[in-house]
Amino acid sequence: MEATTIDILANYVATEILKQPRRKLSATEALISSGLVDSFHLVDLALYIEDTFGVHLDDTELTADTFDTLEQLADLIDQRR
Amino acid sequence: MATFFDLLRLAYIEAPEKPAIKLLYNQQPEDALSYADLLQGALKYARLLADSGVKPGEVAILIFNHGKDLVFSFFGAVLQGAIPSIMPFLTEKLSPEQYRASLAALFEITQPAAIITYPEFLDEVLAASKDSSVRVILTSSQVEVGSPAEIPWESLGGCTRSPQDIVLLQHSSGTTGLQKGVALSHQAVFNQVQSYAQAIRLTKEDIIVSWLPLYHDMGLIAGFLLPILYRASLVLMSPFDWVRQPARLMQAVSKYHGTLTWLPNFAYNFCAQKIRERDLEGVDLSSWRAVINCSEPMHWKSHQLFLERFQAYGFRPEALATCYAMAENVFAVTQGGIDCPVTVDEINGRIFIERQEAIPAVPGSESLKLLSAGTSIEDTRVKIIDVHGNSLPERHLGEIALQSNCMLTGYYHRPDATEKAFLNGWYLTGDLGYMVNAEVFVTGRKKDLIIVGGKNIYPQDLERLAGDVEGVHPGRIVAFGSYNETAGTEDVIIVAEVEGREGEVDQEDESIYRLADAIRRKVTQGSDIALRNVYLVGKNWLLKTSSGKIARAANRDKWLAEQAQRQA
Repeated sequence: MEATTIDILANYVATEILKQPRRKLSATEALISSGLVDSFHLVDLALYIEDTFGVHLDDTELTADTFDTLEQLADLIDQRR
Repeated sequence: MATFFDLLRLAYIEAPEKPAIKLLYNQQPEDALSYADLLQGALKYARLLADSGVKPGEVAILIFNHGKDLVFSFFGAVLQGAIPSIMPFLTEKLSPEQYRASLAALFEITQPAAIITYPEFLDEVLAASKDSSVRVILTSSQVEVGSPAEIPWESLGGCTRSPQDIVLLQHSSGTTGLQKGVALSHQAVFNQVQSYAQAIRLTKEDIIVSWLPLYHDMGLIAGFLLPILYRASLVLMSPFDWVRQPARLMQAVSKYHGTLTWLPNFAYNFCAQKIRERDLEGVDLSSWRAVINCSEPMHWKSHQLFLERFQAYGFRPEALATCYAMAENVFAVTQGGIDCPVTVDEINGRIFIERQEAIPAVPGSESLKLLSAGTSIEDTRVKIIDVHGNSLPERHLGEIALQSNCMLTGYYHRPDATEKAFLNGWYLTGDLGYMVNAEVFVTGRKKDLIIVGGKNIYPQDLERLAGDVEGVHPGRIVAFGSYNETAGTEDVIIVAEVEGREGEVDQEDESIYRLADAIRRKVTQGSDIALRNVYLVGKNWLLKTSSGKIARAANRDKWLAEQAQRQA
């Protein structure tokens, strides 16, 4: 189950945020601390996650303090489901 | 003739109980400060500065996040007669080394006597201030606690200041910006407040709601000093809270019956696109009488998006307003959309590019819709000039020049830069535009400056950072902005030549990803700017001018052409 969550997120980040659709992001790659994803994207990401996974997230829940990698983000989502 | 000190003293005597600022926080009760609270809090910082030997006329750098300490230390410096300058706080993304380097750049020119920050940040500041002019480093934990005291106005350093003295410094970001502090006098700020208050029909009943950072002119003047000096009310939230929860702006306007807000263009798109329906339940925006677009190029479409989204919540179309502003004029140069709707000029795009003239488009034909920034505020004069400094007629594109009674005293400790900024007594803005019926239309920039979300970025700072990355050909890098219509602001792009690489470069190659990521990381940690696109190219891709400099505009055009081709 978790692998799928990661795949879906990886595809979204690569396509919509990084604009590198063919890029394969690894589950443990740093996204925020590396500068790949910035605070403006976090709001988009939260909206996307709500729509896609049907979980309720407040905007403040996604920050550099709560996750940095796709794996951590997927955990956060799976805890909610 | 008066100073900030005199005005604050008067507010303290005449309206001690009047609400001055409400500071909003994330998941914490707000702080509601009256003028008495504000000045009592400031007094503690004034004493701290005086006891530490900081004298009137010396610069105090304030490094705080949103909150009471920032507000109190700012006015504390004023009460002591010191010159406050607010520096952005270190964010989680910025690397400490880079932050230290930017502090060093600031200290080198500004020569501050004191720094005030959080105790947790003391070590950072100590490291950065070694061998600098800084004599005193103070922290928020050193201010005395205790009940309000009588304010000894006559013995405070601020009462020795005169209207022509410098009251504050404003810096823009990056090494380049930090080395050019805009020094403003008490009188200049007052003149601006007077003219601008009139332009926006400000009253003491107005409630300004702002999330803008105070280290930027729009936040510092419109979203902080204007309401406080004029005795209107201010509701202030942190830019970091807003960017994570844009709905908080609407909720605050609704809750406090906000009447005025200033926003950079991107925020119109951001709010329209990123706020959840459920976060707007019960929100009423009908109290908003002006939402003023300012500090980055303004777009008609952004206004439309905002209107379409928020009209259902009581937002009135006539509240859409525009302003053209810069720190060198304290803040506003022009204002539009207050007494009548913002003028939209529909011009022929082809003629505009080919002949540099803004000719109205034939109805029904393809046109460019430009928003007017309005007319100049009182005692500010605007003209459009050609490269030789001659005035241009209406609808001709040229550089915007201005004269006013609220100009900067100078770039602090930079007489060279100050002299260069003026031509025959006119300040050269570096912005391009045209005028029609005394209304100013800002269309672009002469100087290579990128504006993202209202923040000014000097491309050379980003190029310097990227140049330090291994694998990039030193000196063969260009940074520029490219307008993103969805975001309503510029994307920051870097094009860099890969060392030892000839011909075309495959952007999807693993080693290219890694190099691009290294550049992103370096630039983000060094400037707090996220790059939207890093484009790596082979040897001799970049175009240079005849004098051997990287030609930013030409390289942007080349990049745009290749992007279009890649997408085709």
